[in-house]
Amino acid sequence: MIYYTTDNLAASVELKDVPDVGYAALYEDLSERLKQRRYHVVHYFAVPDGEALRFYLLLADDEEHRVMISSFRMEYYDDVALPSLTALHPALHPFEREIAELYNVEFDSMPWCKPLRFSFDRRNRNSTIDNYPFYSIEGDSLHEVNVGPIHAGIIEPGAFRFICNGENVLHLEIALGYQHRGVEHEFAATQNRLRQTLIAESIAGDSAIAHSTAYCTTVEKLGLGTASEALSTERTVALELERMAMHIADTGALSMDVGYQLGQVACEALRTMTINTTQAWCGNRFGKGLIRPAGTNKPLTQEKIRMIAENVKEIRHRYNEVVEDIASSPSLLSRFEQCGIVPKTEMARIGGVGMAARASGVGRDIRLSHPFGAYTRLQHKMVLQHDGDVMARLRMRCDEVLQSADYIVALLEGYKPAEIARPDYCSPLKARSLAFSLVEGWRGEICHVALTDTQGAIATYKIKDPSLHNWLALALAVRGEGISDFPICNKSFNLSYCGHDL
Amino acid sequence: MILPKIKVLRSHGWQYIPDLNAVNLTDEFRGRPILTPSADMADVEAAAKICPTGAISANPFTLDLGRCLFCGECALRAPKNIRFTNDYKIGSSSREALVVKPGDEGIDFCHKEVRAEIPKLFSRALKLRQVSAGGDASVEMELNATGNVNFDFGRYGVEFVASPRHADGVVITGPISQNMAEALDICYHSIPDPKVVIVCGSEAISGGLYAQSRAVNRGFLDRYKVDLWLPGAPTHPMTFIDGVMNMINLKTR
Repeated sequence: MIYYTTDNLAASVELKDVPDVGYAALYEDLSERLKQRRYHVVHYFAVPDGEALRFYLLLADDEEHRVMISSFRMEYYDDVALPSLTALHPALHPFEREIAELYNVEFDSMPWCKPLRFSFDRRNRNSTIDNYPFYSIEGDSLHEVNVGPIHAGIIEPGAFRFICNGENVLHLEIALGYQHRGVEHEFAATQNRLRQTLIAESIAGDSAIAHSTAYCTTVEKLGLGTASEALSTERTVALELERMAMHIADTGALSMDVGYQLGQVACEALRTMTINTTQAWCGNRFGKGLIRPAGTNKPLTQEKIRMIAENVKEIRHRYNEVVEDIASSPSLLSRFEQCGIVPKTEMARIGGVGMAARASGVGRDIRLSHPFGAYTRLQHKMVLQHDGDVMARLRMRCDEVLQSADYIVALLEGYKPAEIARPDYCSPLKARSLAFSLVEGWRGEICHVALTDTQGAIATYKIKDPSLHNWLALALAVRGEGISDFPICNKSFNLSYCGHDL
Repeated sequence: MILPKIKVLRSHGWQYIPDLNAVNLTDEFRGRPILTPSADMADVEAAAKICPTGAISANPFTLDLGRCLFCGECALRAPKNIRFTNDYKIGSSSREALVVKPGDEGIDFCHKEVRAEIPKLFSRALKLRQVSAGGDASVEMELNATGNVNFDFGRYGVEFVASPRHADGVVITGPISQNMAEALDICYHSIPDPKVVIVCGSEAISGGLYAQSRAVNRGFLDRYKVDLWLPGAPTHPMTFIDGVMNMINLKTR
């Protein structure tokens, strides 16, 4: 048996129950299995374990709603090169790059073992983000354009290097790591669970609710108990509010970049209304303070339920007017359509997830394939587009905002304020165990994995933000486009820098 | 087609806040705390113990807003001693003034700490370059919001610009990651003198949750004088607007 089979709702698994197989067996199985689209790797990382490195791999089976966990071991000072899985399945590139960066593990025939994020504990300290050699192409008709790390707007840092042939982009390389704060390290450095919750909220501020939900679910699986129906309903309302707010913000940002000022200001106002609704619920516009382990400090009251439902209905109505205006404006459609295309096969090959993948027809949606919280009761219908262009990603947002609004109204209809426990910051966690949690944030699939030590303290905490996969999709989307279309391609993805660089 | 546009416009209506000095945030908002000492300080000690950033001290009883992430957990542990109000006016030109003590009736802006040239030069227009150095995108989005259709801070000439060469100052967010340290320095030096430095968000002021992280490098703040400290997690747009208005001595009427 190569895998321990579980699912997104099951409790943690003891580390001794995770099969310890050889790399050869896992490599052989994965090289065949990953050819089927139903499987994708949700996390793959290495952890020092005494004199050895232990590798853990979590594989999701979307059709059977299962998650399969496996592991293998390698002597710390072994200099045997492992045959690279990225060479067969490019989707694994960020994982192998991280392992190589942190532990100097060699992956044989890895196409491009570029440093992932220049983390502070990387093995090769001579390689820094400031002296990174960008990929370059020689040619009389080519020129390079550098953007970043500081960008023109108020946005996080990242460096983009375009190689252009005239006005057209031949190649875009994205160098990231500027936002690296040592988040995973900070998780393991403290056992103050409130502090860990706040760290989770700060992984990516625009996905504070999604990441804190992933953290809380992970520790709940380690022994705090399953969230009650009421608690999971309230968390789902919060998640969908976050999705609405960010999708509306991005609709506005795309409008701005094509000079559609009416859409921009209307969406700005609607986003303000959405996040102010979250603020009136929990005191913070981004939902910080709302999601807590095994309980909540901010249970919904009758008054708040009414306020949220009323606001969401009005936002839905007004947003729909913007959507109809976009659809009836040929000058907008001509900018958005056929621009920044990522075809379905390519998106699947590079392991794209979430909203961007669904815009290319790749049906990755944790709410459907590995339901959690109230999604187990919601009968979620996945929104899917097929063109893979900027317009498809915009349509995804338009449809998902309306869908999220409907979910919130449905969840709150007839919902009675319930007795929900206060957060649990003290109960001990199961020792020597592994727990994971998959959450569909507005960008896509978030995966948190915690490993506990013999005392039940979190010894390793691994976080995957959907941006880890999707940055490559942006680089592919702009190939062959005019460089002036980069801003709308970029905004159509709106990926997280801090979620990637952690 | 014009009809759908008229519909959007009609629903949109007027959105801007006419008077930025008369804004009241929802009661749920956690802004400036009020501290009340009691004979038995056990609750405060318990709150200090769980505070994720060590912002609370029980003896003497203080709460440092430069470290506070406004999670509100201390107020639940010590409801008799700590209460958060919805007062968003929590910026100051002095780092020490961010430490709240019992009996305080507001955060002292410390006008005397502001260099005389700042209001003289910038009260009619202030152009800022923002640098995110490990910020989690929430402070950045709130800064974007200061110029949006609701807050419209641009009406007073306070705006964010693309190039440091066009800027009068820098707004720093995030705990200042090591990997951004050099870029931040280069940006600072690209801004022509005289210039202001604004540090926005508790993560930036103290390092927040990442104060001890080996991935951050806060040397910048030791080298250069900061003109305005704006706490918050994230800093609310109104905190930013109020702080900047105070710093440049902006008269709205």
